[in-house]
Amino acid sequence: MKPKGRRVGGLIALIGFTVLALTGCDSPKYWPVLSPQGPVARSEYYLIIYSFILMLLVVLAVFILFFWVIIKYRARPDNADYVPPEIEGNAKLETLWTVIPILVVIALAIPTVAVTYKLVYPPKVEAATAKVVGKSITIDVISEQWKWVFKYPAQNIETVNYVNIPAGVPVDFELTSSGPMNTFWVPALGGMEFTMPHMNLKLWLEADHPGSYLGRSAQYSGRGFANMTFTVNALSPTDFENWVKSVQQTAPKLTQQAAAQINKPGLIGKLTFSSTTPE
Amino acid sequence: MHGVVNWAVHFFMLDEGPLIWLSDFLIICASLGILAVLTKFRLWKWLWDEWLTTVDHKKIGIMYMIAAILMLFRGGTDGLLMRAQLAWPNMHFLNADHYDQIFTTHGTIMILFMAMPAIIGFFNVAVPLQIGCRDVAFPYLNAISFWLFFFAALLFNLSFVVGGSPDGGWTSYPPYVENQFDPGPGENYYLVALSITGIGTIATGINFLVTILRMRAPGMTFMRLPMFTWSVFVTSVIILFAFPVLAVALALLLIDRDFGSHFFTVDGGGAPMQYVNLFWFWGHPEVYIVILPAFGIFSEVISTFSHKRIFGYSAMVVSMVAIAILSFITWVHHFFTMGAGPGVNSFFGVSTMAIAIPTGVKVFNWLFTMHKGRIEFKTAMLWAIGFIPNFLIGGLTGVMLAVPPADYQYHNSYFLIAHFHYVLIGGTVFGVFAGLYYWWPKMFGVLLNEKLGRWHFWTFMIGFNVCFFPQFFLGFMGMTRRMYTYPAGYGWGVVNLISTIGAFLMGVGFIILVYNILWSARYGERDVTGDPWDGRTLEWATTSPAPHYNFAIIPTVKGRDAWWLMKQNGESINGPKGVPFRPIHMPNNSGRPFIMSLFFFILGAGFVFQWWILAIIGFVGVLVCMAQRSFEYDDSHYIPVEEIEKTEAAAGRL
Repeated sequence: MKPKGRRVGGLIALIGFTVLALTGCDSPKYWPVLSPQGPVARSEYYLIIYSFILMLLVVLAVFILFFWVIIKYRARPDNADYVPPEIEGNAKLETLWTVIPILVVIALAIPTVAVTYKLVYPPKVEAATAKVVGKSITIDVISEQWKWVFKYPAQNIETVNYVNIPAGVPVDFELTSSGPMNTFWVPALGGMEFTMPHMNLKLWLEADHPGSYLGRSAQYSGRGFANMTFTVNALSPTDFENWVKSVQQTAPKLTQQAAAQINKPGLIGKLTFSSTTPE
Repeated sequence: MHGVVNWAVHFFMLDEGPLIWLSDFLIICASLGILAVLTKFRLWKWLWDEWLTTVDHKKIGIMYMIAAILMLFRGGTDGLLMRAQLAWPNMHFLNADHYDQIFTTHGTIMILFMAMPAIIGFFNVAVPLQIGCRDVAFPYLNAISFWLFFFAALLFNLSFVVGGSPDGGWTSYPPYVENQFDPGPGENYYLVALSITGIGTIATGINFLVTILRMRAPGMTFMRLPMFTWSVFVTSVIILFAFPVLAVALALLLIDRDFGSHFFTVDGGGAPMQYVNLFWFWGHPEVYIVILPAFGIFSEVISTFSHKRIFGYSAMVVSMVAIAILSFITWVHHFFTMGAGPGVNSFFGVSTMAIAIPTGVKVFNWLFTMHKGRIEFKTAMLWAIGFIPNFLIGGLTGVMLAVPPADYQYHNSYFLIAHFHYVLIGGTVFGVFAGLYYWWPKMFGVLLNEKLGRWHFWTFMIGFNVCFFPQFFLGFMGMTRRMYTYPAGYGWGVVNLISTIGAFLMGVGFIILVYNILWSARYGERDVTGDPWDGRTLEWATTSPAPHYNFAIIPTVKGRDAWWLMKQNGESINGPKGVPFRPIHMPNNSGRPFIMSLFFFILGAGFVFQWWILAIIGFVGVLVCMAQRSFEYDDSHYIPVEEIEKTEAAAGRL
């Protein structure tokens, strides 16, 4: 009758999760959300951990009270003639458990609002990095069925299903969609944002250091949705500049056929073009 | 000829493989079986007189519950198919198209054709009895509500084998679900079926609101209402404000698809995000529509089996009202990631967290109802006790999701999936199971078996945790919902496998429940007292099942927990001895709700396939039924005193 066994299992899992989260479980591949690789993901990660600890305290408090009550006041053969008192309520106690949740909510709400506002603005950038590629770069993202198109307006280049970014530089992803909605998600670098037709949403992301990160759509958009992934390659600023130059010089121009192919529902591999408007 | 065969093969989806063939076979067998049984045992007249035409809230409640259990089977099978496909990386059990349809029908059926009828079933089973009246305010409308739901569910389920199921997810976000990307009848099924059942639900909301406002027994003031009735009252108000919004959203989308307008399309100035707003303006209150009555059930069960009155009654009522109000100002938290400004996201984040406050008050009041009680672990109570820790995990992860920057990482990931299954199963489904074990004797006059009930509880509860707890981790690992398959190499395989094992354990729990129902129907302990749990509210004052007229004499209520008080004071439900019975005025049965809903079905099928002649036939049929009703003057009868005396004597209440 004691529901202990399952709780122990749950508790072990909870503890395991805490340890995992606190030690950083440093593989951005396996635990991208819990091993942030940029300032945006890091702000979100801190809030996740903070809210988790707050909630864990509540869980522990309620669980202790819960098990104490159901064990202590269970019906036993020896208390068969016990008649429970009719208790209307208790104003003091009820105030207590109204006020404590209010305090918990306030404790959570303040950093929540602060970070929500903070994420609207680009992360800070170091002066040395800014000299090479500028304070930030803009990349237009278009979700097609079922692929990702990245246009670099300043560099006049286009990539499909992968995007190269300079490490240490805030990237302004301008998100839109040619059809169904999708969300643009690179969990190691930060949370997601929707792509919607005829709308432009802005998402700031930044990678701390060079590396490769997996991105995917998190909003179902039809048959090929599960395969709608892309790679984000963060390069050192000088490598990034070199890559841009080599694409501008060597990659083919975007043709009408290629653009039509991209627009047609289906899956294709990684592509690179040295122009962003088909000719 | 060849063309017709091709069309028919495609229409009945015979080119879609063995799953469809098997379903066709099972549907045909089951239908023939039902027809054979009805004919062999000459039950057609019984079926028509006793069930299809009934306006009795008790029978309508039973029909809702049966439908809900059938739909739990259908939605659960969908869930198991999905879990089987996801058990390991790169599986080919289902292809993308099939998986997309199955997750759509799973969600839609579980929310609208399982959770809704289950809770509305309990409205019907318990509310009129709890407030001491003889039926709902509008019994005829009540029958219409049920049959509209029934035929909508039938239409929706038909999509699996006729024309193809919807595949836009239960949220059905445009522009994907517009004709441009999602042609065919599937999405129309979703829109039409939900519209039809939505009409029934709005009618139910009105019905129970008026019933509770106008039909309470003398002395049953609002602050003496049983907790479940309070929850139904609050829920009815939410229904009235929320469901019309859904009706509008569905109608606009249907007009887009059937008549080529551009409300939510990519081109022509459509605004897809507007649908998302409308959908969640209904969708968020909807989750409270299915959870508040479950809260009501837990309050009844916890109080009954602790043998103690509910702790902090006023606070319980106030917190329910607070939840109802807050439920209408949180809808944006379903799309923090759609680019609203930081001010909007902050507001909706904090308003969402605020719901934790009244919910927390309720949890502590339940704990303190048990405190100093004498807790009997009957199966109904096990579900109520199991609810607290499981719902707590669901609710607190909900608070974590309410933090907008954190939600940018959780949105549409398996963390979200785990969260809402913890609240919907840990809350609503546990509540429905608690209600089933609790009110089963009142519905059928038979107790469900306690031993089987415990097996049901433990397998389902453990299976549920094994299934959904690992999914929190999948979210942190970057797995998103609605992926029909996933690659190896990210460590998702093992976690998914564990989850699948848990899902099948839940399936075993469901089978035990069904076995328990069948076993108890034959061998179960009969409830001869009408009050098997030493109950506190008026439904336990009458026979199990209650007589057609519920109460021979409408009881006078002197306080909260009315029946408990009567028992303490040694009073009879029929008042002082010797008060003569008077003839009881009751509504007549009518076949018209059934027939009218059948015409709604025809109308709906017309809209699904854009066969306008069919739609016109259905529409005219509906109008004719309404017109007939307007000219129906003889719609009630009196139960003569002799019959009441006979029934009351048999119940030992004379």
